[in-house]
Amino acid sequence: MRYSALSIFKQALAGNLGWTPAWREPQPKPHYDVIIVGGGGHGLATAYYLAREFGIRNVAVVEKGYLGSGNVGRNTTIVRSNYMLPGNEPFYEFSLKLWEGLERELNYNVMLSQRGIISLYHNDGQRDHYVRRGNAMMMEGVAAEQLDRETLKKMLPFLNFDHARFPIIGGLLQRRAGTARHDAVAWGFARGADRLGVDLIQNCEVTGIRREDGIVTGVETTKGFIGCNRLALAAAGNTSRVGEMAGLKLPIESHVLQAFVTEGLKPCIDHVITYGAGHFYISQSDKGGLVFGAEIDGYSSYAQRGNLATAEHVMEEGVTMIPGLSRVRVLRAWGGVMDMSMDGSPIIDRTPIDNLYLNCGWCYGGFKATPASGFCFAHLIAKGESHHVARALRLDRFERGFPIDEAGAGTQPNLH
Amino acid sequence: MASLISCPHCGVRPKEEFSIRGDATPVRPAPMASDEAWNDYVHVRANPRGRIREHWQHVAGCRRWLVVERDNFTHDVFSVTDAAAGRGGAQ
Amino acid sequence: MTAYRLASGGLIDRSNTIGFTFDGASLSGHAGDTLASALLANDRLLVGRSFKYHRPRGIVTAGPAEPNALVTIGTGARRDPNTKATVAELYDGLAATSQNRWPSLAFDIGAVNDRLSRFLSAGFYYKTFMWPAAFWEKVYEPLIRRAAGLGRTDLPRDPDGYEKSWAHCDLLVVGSGPAGLAAALVAARSGLRVILAEQDFVLGGALLSETTRLDGEAPFVFARHALDELHGHPGVTLLPRTTVFGWYDDNVFGAVERVQKHSATIDAARPVERLWRIVAKHAILATGAEERPLVFGGNDRPGIMMASAASTYANRFGIAAGRSVAIFTNGSSGYRTAEDLSAQGVEIAALIDSRTDASDRAPDGVRVVRGGGIIDTKGRRRVRAVIADRGGFEELIACDAVAMSGGWSPVIHLACQRGGKPVWSQALQAFLAPEAGDGLVMAGAAAGHYRLSECLDDGARKASAIVEALGRPVAGFERPVVGEEVDPSFTALWHVPGARSKAFVDFQNDVHGKDLGLALREGFGHVEHAKRYTTSGMATDQGKLGNINAIGILATMRGVSPAEVGTTTFRPFYTPVSFGALAGSSRDEHAMPVRRSPLHGWAARHGAVFIDAGLWYRSSWFPKAGEKTWRESVDREVRTVREHAGLCDVSTLGKIEVFGPDAAEFLNRLYCNPVLKLPVGKARYGLMLREDGMVYDDGTVSRLAEEHFLVTTTTAMAAGVLSHMEFAAQVLWPELRVRFLSVSDQWAQMSIAGPKARTILQAVVEDDLSNAAFPFLAAREVRLKGNLKARLFRISFSGELAYELAVPAGYGEAVADALMRAGEPQGLCAYGVEALNVLRIEKGHVTHAELDGRVTPDDAGLGRMMGTGKPDFIGKRLSTRFGLTAADRAQLVGLKALEADKDMRAGAHLLKDGAKPSTINDQGWVSSVCFSPTLGTHIALAFLKSGRERYGEKIVVWDKLRGVETFAEVCDPVFVDPENRKLMA
Repeated sequence: MRYSALSIFKQALAGNLGWTPAWREPQPKPHYDVIIVGGGGHGLATAYYLAREFGIRNVAVVEKGYLGSGNVGRNTTIVRSNYMLPGNEPFYEFSLKLWEGLERELNYNVMLSQRGIISLYHNDGQRDHYVRRGNAMMMEGVAAEQLDRETLKKMLPFLNFDHARFPIIGGLLQRRAGTARHDAVAWGFARGADRLGVDLIQNCEVTGIRREDGIVTGVETTKGFIGCNRLALAAAGNTSRVGEMAGLKLPIESHVLQAFVTEGLKPCIDHVITYGAGHFYISQSDKGGLVFGAEIDGYSSYAQRGNLATAEHVMEEGVTMIPGLSRVRVLRAWGGVMDMSMDGSPIIDRTPIDNLYLNCGWCYGGFKATPASGFCFAHLIAKGESHHVARALRLDRFERGFPIDEAGAGTQPNLH
Repeated sequence: MASLISCPHCGVRPKEEFSIRGDATPVRPAPMASDEAWNDYVHVRANPRGRIREHWQHVAGCRRWLVVERDNFTHDVFSVTDAAAGRGGAQ
Repeated sequence: MTAYRLASGGLIDRSNTIGFTFDGASLSGHAGDTLASALLANDRLLVGRSFKYHRPRGIVTAGPAEPNALVTIGTGARRDPNTKATVAELYDGLAATSQNRWPSLAFDIGAVNDRLSRFLSAGFYYKTFMWPAAFWEKVYEPLIRRAAGLGRTDLPRDPDGYEKSWAHCDLLVVGSGPAGLAAALVAARSGLRVILAEQDFVLGGALLSETTRLDGEAPFVFARHALDELHGHPGVTLLPRTTVFGWYDDNVFGAVERVQKHSATIDAARPVERLWRIVAKHAILATGAEERPLVFGGNDRPGIMMASAASTYANRFGIAAGRSVAIFTNGSSGYRTAEDLSAQGVEIAALIDSRTDASDRAPDGVRVVRGGGIIDTKGRRRVRAVIADRGGFEELIACDAVAMSGGWSPVIHLACQRGGKPVWSQALQAFLAPEAGDGLVMAGAAAGHYRLSECLDDGARKASAIVEALGRPVAGFERPVVGEEVDPSFTALWHVPGARSKAFVDFQNDVHGKDLGLALREGFGHVEHAKRYTTSGMATDQGKLGNINAIGILATMRGVSPAEVGTTTFRPFYTPVSFGALAGSSRDEHAMPVRRSPLHGWAARHGAVFIDAGLWYRSSWFPKAGEKTWRESVDREVRTVREHAGLCDVSTLGKIEVFGPDAAEFLNRLYCNPVLKLPVGKARYGLMLREDGMVYDDGTVSRLAEEHFLVTTTTAMAAGVLSHMEFAAQVLWPELRVRFLSVSDQWAQMSIAGPKARTILQAVVEDDLSNAAFPFLAAREVRLKGNLKARLFRISFSGELAYELAVPAGYGEAVADALMRAGEPQGLCAYGVEALNVLRIEKGHVTHAELDGRVTPDDAGLGRMMGTGKPDFIGKRLSTRFGLTAADRAQLVGLKALEADKDMRAGAHLLKDGAKPSTINDQGWVSSVCFSPTLGTHIALAFLKSGRERYGEKIVVWDKLRGVETFAEVCDPVFVDPENRKLMA
């Protein structure tokens, strides 16, 4: 069923009783060309692009919970391509370009809102770093702007210009960055994939990976064995657990990242703003809640909940950056489990096991990558080779010495 | 994660007094060990869900490195020991 | 006129009249009122507008679950948007403003949405607004955003203060109703340290509005006696106005105390809110139960409220919700409200009971409609009548208020915040808390025990078990004699059939029954999907009232039990908590501590301009009279150092003393370069790697004695390097006999650099400093004139003849002053980190601008330092990886500007002359830039692919961000004195 203003009008006149399900609820078939483990944003996008771009439609997505139950529905909805390193920037820019056409392509409004992201800096060293980053973006043809303190004062008068421990001296702006409605991204890709014949199988947990002669032949699930020619893992947060079923040992540690939302407010913050003297970032949703977060809690965790001390620290950073947040009340805190990789960058690659493909290590940057991750993973699965923007995202880059370390923090995952 | 950590030297202290490094299971290989052993040590993590051992340092206390054995799903802490004690080192 | 203050009754102080304003109108209430009760007393039924349809809304509850009565309280910079009128304590001068309406509360343009509501069904926005693309940000989204949101803030600076406290107790009791008080009494009498936290400003919970008599008296009398007794126990802390919002690991609870939120005048010496972190050995949640609304057509009109709220307003606040109140119930609680209201002389228009077989008795004269239901209501800004349906027979019942009771849900929120899933009780038709383990138990209504006697017994019983578990004798608790109790049973009714108009499930977000139907129809039947698709439960009340009905409706539609539908996840915060309370005093200039060098005062006296360097303030440059720009000062300082001498404060460097028989071996493994054979009395540049082969930090290693070293770190990495060393010593090589200690704060350290450095220094140092006696890289203790012991290191960052002199921190300023005096005839100047930066760039020395965590020693031109012959050092093994030794890695080079009118800037990238800018063509980046007064041009350090092979190449310095492209010549990074003649002089 096609969505449009007209369809809304017609259905409304019929009491909204004529809407049809956004996707089917199929029983698994015995065998698929491709099975994707994980019905989150990346898995659903992979299925969609496999069907749409590469003509592979005999595809199942198996999801242990409900569609979009992982990090695609827990993030702070930021979309951007302001990376510095050559292994990352072309990939994220490819993603942003896909975002820009996504709604019309999917016939689903994911509310991409290109409000601009402003990354604040507070000292000369940070400034130089952001200039390097901005120029790296522009090398890739991505517009970036440097804002001085006076410009920022006019744009964001509520920032702490007068009493800051670390004064704001400027910022880097990417205007095309912004936010999108996270759940809608999962739903849009799910509906799009379903319409192209992909089976989306919810409440179906993978319990084992079957191998015959070393080759992956299918997955054991709570709904029985399902065979496949190619198996693709897109289970960020649980990558190690699923990978372990195939004997994979991975450069991943699971960590919890908290996110927060305030009570609804009339529009007061237009941009996505990130703090340079801490990890705080904030934006305002269309519903009016201020959505924000900061650093990961720092310890290995599979629990989707955070601790109070970290939450307090996040608020400290918040009121330090925007003093006027002080009287705003925080409504809800939640946690997502991150695949923290050893260099802070993701992996889209084959594995040492034939027919087994891997998409993981998104740290806390996976949401913005959703379309490109799906596209490039589908490309890899369909063609057997990496998409050119994802060539650096290899699994063996660690042993071969080609890390993509945006933070320069080395191999300690909780520092990325 | 635990809101409190029971440091074997300082007693029960708030989590914020500690810093966390990560998995305490990998042991630094001998200098001449295989490339694979070294790659595993630096880059590969078993990352199980459940009982794990993790390196924490009591930075705002005794500054000792500790091994915290805990469950990373329930966040129960089973034991906190001095890392050197486990390796026969001097205290 | 509908609601009014009864002539008598209630726990308010009628002798104390309080003035307040609502939307500018001056009104009055009494001490003990909430804003909501005072508004009702003034017959202000319309208090807000809903989120989506802007429907007129009134007060629904008398507590923290309130979805509708959200107002902004306060004025100016003290405005608190989205405050629930039902929990806001009334105070003299309170100024409240309604929200989400324009131009006024009574006439709100946004209400047009209500007329268009059929086009605005759940999720409609996902299906439209996609064309044309540019319209989303420019047209649609601004409209949506303006319509959405609730309260308004322009983010003014908060004038008030906040603080945080830890508290420790044997037992935390959350909630001061009958169960909580009984529990606290037992625990207190048994000698436990008890904290009793209550979100209300009066302790007593349900006892404040309950009419069942205890020992023949009103229940609040029992509460007062209990509180009097608790006050007398030294181990008891009573925390009224304190909401426990979160349950965290190790039985740590987060709570927020509203210290001064009930006053128009704020005592600046005290916080307005205080965050408590309560470490509880045990906790009892006596959080009561929440009454459920009934989902019937038109159930949202002002004047329709919970039956328990109508009772509370009558009994506690002395207010009649209306003159003629219709009651709609599915259980006995509606009858109780009928009694409460009748007792106050309020007319009951009818009591409509959805059950056909109920045996409850209504008060005399009250008409009961059994087996009936409300299908619609009349009235716009206040309810005027209800349409009741009984078996197809419809009846219009005039009334001016409706009290509804849909049964009860235990408040289990906190108990479910740590992953435990609520458990459905078929018997109670409610979700109960999961078994939480030892640390937390539910008591009273929160545990599903609704009768007053049960609550008292359960609270005492749960506390007794805890006292026993703590190994103490249990003190007695004699439960008061409870008067006639009401059986609180009900028959679940999730959705009243036959709704003629919208039957709201989530009042604030305007989610009604049909929205849930639509969600299910479109495949969003999972409770999480339904929530996210319809926004049910996502409002500021987080579904406290509506979620259970949404679950029941989904269950009914799906033909399963509510147990199978399950709940969405309970998460902090139980009720919203301000940023301010959670941040405490860590804000503004106090966000992080400030570190000042022992020479800070000296630098200040010499007019230093300070700059942040992590937590430190470092002297950046020392302007002299007549110098107009920082560059003038810095250029002068650089020239002075190169021609005469300068003194720079380098105290902020990390300094770590290393002792022990294995100290040399330890450091030899820690640094990539050899340390083992470093002679006593000598210093050496040292480079530490991470285990992945990248440079971690650099500094110097000085051997002061055979088993005594002093190592320095960069300012930024001082703390990190210490931890790194501790890890190596305690975890990697605990067998090595080595001890170390940070002495960063114990020493003031100054660099004296320049051709005259020796002459100046000799004036204050007793020891012979001649080149023979104290050669380059000498490092040892010296004696200053006046007999002060100091440490002197002949090391140079500037490339000049230079020394670093360390003296005990307290002597720093005196020694610096002495040096300045001694140096005056030699032209000595103070110089700051800006000049230091220029000097080191001229000499090709790296800092963290170059060593950014992605650089190998070889990248930085330091590959020859690697002690490849050493058996082991941190980073050795992985530094040989293919990617780290690739020939096309970016290598440190120097750049000389070729166009004088265009300056280079750090962060610029590099391109081959004529190459098209692209990521693939990117040749590297500029890490540090300065104007070199020595060379009279701009120079830079940069990383260039295969850079050391490219000296002499003309390259494009590409800074598109600033719109500057300029040419530079690639050269050796050492611009000044490459033969080190000055250094060795």
